[in-house]
Amino acid sequence: MTLNNISSNETAKNIKIKKRITNGIINEDKNGLSNCETAKSCPKPILNGTVPKNKKEGSSKVALFTAMKTYVKFHILMFLDYINQIFSRKVVPEKQRKLPTQNGTAHNVKVSKESFEQPALHTALMTYLGFYILMFLGYINQFFFAPKVAREKNREGYVPLYDNFEKFYLWYVYRRVRDCWNRPITSVPGAMVTVKERVTPDYGWTFVFTGREIPSLNLGSYNYLGFAESHSKCADDSIDTLHKYGWATCSSRHELGTNNLHVELEQLTARFLGVEAAITFGMGFATNSLNLPTLVSDGCLVMSDEKNHASLILGLRLSGALIRVFKHNNMKHLEKLLREAIVNGQPKTGKPWEKILIVVEGVYSMEGSIVKLPEVIALKKMYKAYLYVDEAHSIGALGPHGRGVVDYWGCDPQDIDVFMGTFTKSFGSAGGYIAGSKELIDHIRVHSHAACYASSMSPPVAQQIITSMKIIMGEDGTNEGINRIRQLKHNTRYFRKRLHQMGVIIYGNEDSPVVPLLVYLFSKIGGVVRGLAARKIATVGVGFPATPLMEGRIRFCLSAAHTKEQLDYALEQIDDIANELGLKYSQKPRCPRPIIYGSDDDLDATD
Amino acid sequence: MTAMSFVFIPFTFIFNDVASIYVYLQIMLALLILWIIFKKKDPNGKCKLTQEEEAELISKWQPFPLVKPAPKSHRGYDKRVTEGKIGKYINVNGINCLNLSSHDFLGLNEEKIIESSAIESIRKYGIGSCGPRGFFGTVDVHLELEERLAKFMDLEEAVVYAYGFSTISSAIPAYAKRGDVIFVDEEVNFAIQKGLDASRSEIKYFKHNDMKDLEELLLKQAQLDSKNTKKAARTRRFLVIEGIYMKTGRLCNLPELVSLSKKYKLRIFVDESISFGTLGKNGKGVTEHFNIPVTDVDLIMTSLEMAAASVGGFCVGSSFIVEHQRLSGLGYCFSASLPPLLTTAAIKALDILENRHELIDELQNVCCTFHQYLLKSDIIMNCFTLIGDDISPIKHLRLRNNGNNVQDLGSIISKCEHMNLAITDTAYLDIEKKTPIPSIKLAINRLLTNDDLIRVINILEKAVC
Ligand SMILES: Cc1ncc(COP(=O)(O)O)c(C=O)c1O
Repeated sequence: MTLNNISSNETAKNIKIKKRITNGIINEDKNGLSNCETAKSCPKPILNGTVPKNKKEGSSKVALFTAMKTYVKFHILMFLDYINQIFSRKVVPEKQRKLPTQNGTAHNVKVSKESFEQPALHTALMTYLGFYILMFLGYINQFFFAPKVAREKNREGYVPLYDNFEKFYLWYVYRRVRDCWNRPITSVPGAMVTVKERVTPDYGWTFVFTGREIPSLNLGSYNYLGFAESHSKCADDSIDTLHKYGWATCSSRHELGTNNLHVELEQLTARFLGVEAAITFGMGFATNSLNLPTLVSDGCLVMSDEKNHASLILGLRLSGALIRVFKHNNMKHLEKLLREAIVNGQPKTGKPWEKILIVVEGVYSMEGSIVKLPEVIALKKMYKAYLYVDEAHSIGALGPHGRGVVDYWGCDPQDIDVFMGTFTKSFGSAGGYIAGSKELIDHIRVHSHAACYASSMSPPVAQQIITSMKIIMGEDGTNEGINRIRQLKHNTRYFRKRLHQMGVIIYGNEDSPVVPLLVYLFSKIGGVVRGLAARKIATVGVGFPATPLMEGRIRFCLSAAHTKEQLDYALEQIDDIANELGLKYSQKPRCPRPIIYGSDDDLDATD
Repeated sequence: MTAMSFVFIPFTFIFNDVASIYVYLQIMLALLILWIIFKKKDPNGKCKLTQEEEAELISKWQPFPLVKPAPKSHRGYDKRVTEGKIGKYINVNGINCLNLSSHDFLGLNEEKIIESSAIESIRKYGIGSCGPRGFFGTVDVHLELEERLAKFMDLEEAVVYAYGFSTISSAIPAYAKRGDVIFVDEEVNFAIQKGLDASRSEIKYFKHNDMKDLEELLLKQAQLDSKNTKKAARTRRFLVIEGIYMKTGRLCNLPELVSLSKKYKLRIFVDESISFGTLGKNGKGVTEHFNIPVTDVDLIMTSLEMAAASVGGFCVGSSFIVEHQRLSGLGYCFSASLPPLLTTAAIKALDILENRHELIDELQNVCCTFHQYLLKSDIIMNCFTLIGDDISPIKHLRLRNNGNNVQDLGSIISKCEHMNLAITDTAYLDIEKKTPIPSIKLAINRLLTNDDLIRVINILEKAVC
């Protein structure tokens, strides 16, 4: 997990293709070339067979040995991953099952249209091969190129701070695609975003700004409902608040950091979600990591989806509860684990569990899938577990009223024990909430680490949420909220259908505004991100270790702020790149009819 | 099997003896298969239950309630709600009070210039950044703030986090891992404690500011290390301290700590949340205060929620150390970046720190004067012990535990509130590492005049009688 967001790139094979598409964008692509030249005949100075001088750590033999060790270690990991992939390929996607009914009341059955198409076998093989070549080049590379990184000063004799393999991966693999992340922006992250252009004079070790600023179509920010705005009712209200309340509270909720905006926001959030009470915090990440430990502890069991966010995992780790991980959105596996757990009790002692908490997300931000909530609720009831739903990406973005995954599936909010969500995404603000019964929220108010020690939410940030939430709820007296929700839904369906038609593989649910486009090969992640950047489209790629090695992907985040024309432009460019780089892996039949934007035949009656 | 041979190609480049590695992998595979078969056939007593028995067990199991009923009355229930701006004065429950409770030591919350640039920032960037730093959440103001902070502290690099608490609790586990040893003062704040928990390292607590105790622990560790040098060569050692301790208001003994660290090769991480902007001639914190080269400490972790009067936090140090957090600091990687308006506010606060050194002087004077006033007041000192150094902007008043003088802190605080003084008792959770002693926490604001201070003393005296 430490090597987050990293992916990697550049197999010798792909350099030619990539050069074509990135021509003239960033000098980076020379990087790939020089690397493959190195492997054959290197024009660079240090090629006398000895280890470069910068390797202070003992003789060349020792250096070789440690390098080899890290290399082999990595290959063993890869091997296990590979075996795992081969086995998991056989797992057929779960069919929609009949829902167990409770007290005779059948759930509103909505079929989840979710797809995780597997690529052809040779694509899988190519991905592995590509990665091996990449690692191998990196391995060779480290003997010829001194890493241009800061060295530690005045700490001789200290135990080294970092692990060898980590360094190797960062310097010789991740570095080659470093330019695809952390690209600074200089504007509102709305439908368009201004990206600061930067180039690297030294193959990714450092960057310099060219001074140019490129307005790009923003398919990278989590601005689902388009509330990231600088001149709107939200911004005006926030500025008023800033005049009245200042910008910081400099105190925690338990001390003197509560102001009447917080109280208002919490009541509004509870009303929005249809629950009794809510509490808010200044950061979404901290909402998970500092509140989960108040809910479960030693002697409790947590069923956690394998794709859960780092903040959930950290919170669960801090809690001391035992964590069982179930396969992503796989209800059979969840049920199997639940049965086993209750039957076997706690490990070693066999004592019954104190509580069992199921932790899921509404929309998974890397997979684009939507939790099968009705089934989770049925299981939770059957096995008397508690349910914690992280709605970070689903609140606002899903459901006919924008009330998240509960609204989407038409479930009863009472069936969910703990609602959690963040205001960072759909509300264009920052912070997070926990909502549920009054009893639960009182407990959290008293015991939450964040309420006691962390500073409370900044007033203009809180105001942005209040205003945008009121707009979503229609309390501002306009249809703007509902229009945004509808626009997002139309955008999502249209964009996804068009991609399907194009023949690329995309993951996830047809209603999820997060659209991962699978490119598999490492080299292609960098290629696509740079190619789209050159065409003024801002996107992000995600690769190993944030995703399985096999499944490098590009992620598009749709927004209600996007117009059809903007999406059409993006689709056109994606199609172009998909042809050039060969991304059309899908073997499914394609829709022969043209896709019509906002065609109502497939939208729900509730819409 | 063709797939397999693809996978192993790279090995042939490294090993001359292809045959042996092949055999080795074959054995591994065989073991794997055996294990799978073995696992399935293992007659596990518990797994032999029939469906009905299982169903019965499941229906019999009753979980504990998700939460225990919370106490009827608690400070967490928003009993004291403020309204409007927080500065020298604060409006609590409708009463306008002199403010000795917010951590805005330098009084920057009242600076108009920060307010107007925050508004400009909203007009340029909106409110939220809508993404983590890696995914288009890096706004140019973040880069500017980082650069400015590094320059201000005379260090190479800084990283900005979106939340003060997460800064500290993410920075520690980015470096310290299982198998490492961390020496920690027992009075460290809760954010550090959570960071230590997340690191899973071995934690050794020494008595608060007790250098002898620390040295004993270090000697013990050295003995252990000499027994197992191989392990010792892999065990990273850290020392985690605070510049000014939140829980006691005392300064750390940095000169001694640095020399011990050099002797025993510890890396020092200092939480300067309170000392940043308040200690030293230029507000650079505890290193400047003790005149110690700032490169002697390895990492400075700071919240921006105190003297800088914004939200968020930052870590600053050499690039070698700090850059690592950009991929390993959980709160940095997996959370939306700090809203640009708050980033701008922090930049402006830094401007003020750089250009108006006298503010820091003024604050230190107010802190020391107030300390003297408290000590001089017999009524207050009869009732409380004053904890904390005179220069510290945080002071704790602990009730003296001599029989009939025990009063409820809460009633003192509410009496003060009715006399237009806002103070607060320190909020603690009962899961703190060391059970804290209840106290009133006084946070000193630079804007308090001498008259204000005398008034505070008078009110406190009246409240405790
Ligand atoms: C599922 C989930 N939970 C929590 C968070 C953290 O939220 P924030 O960015 O507001 O800290 C995220 C953000 O990426 C997320 O995806």
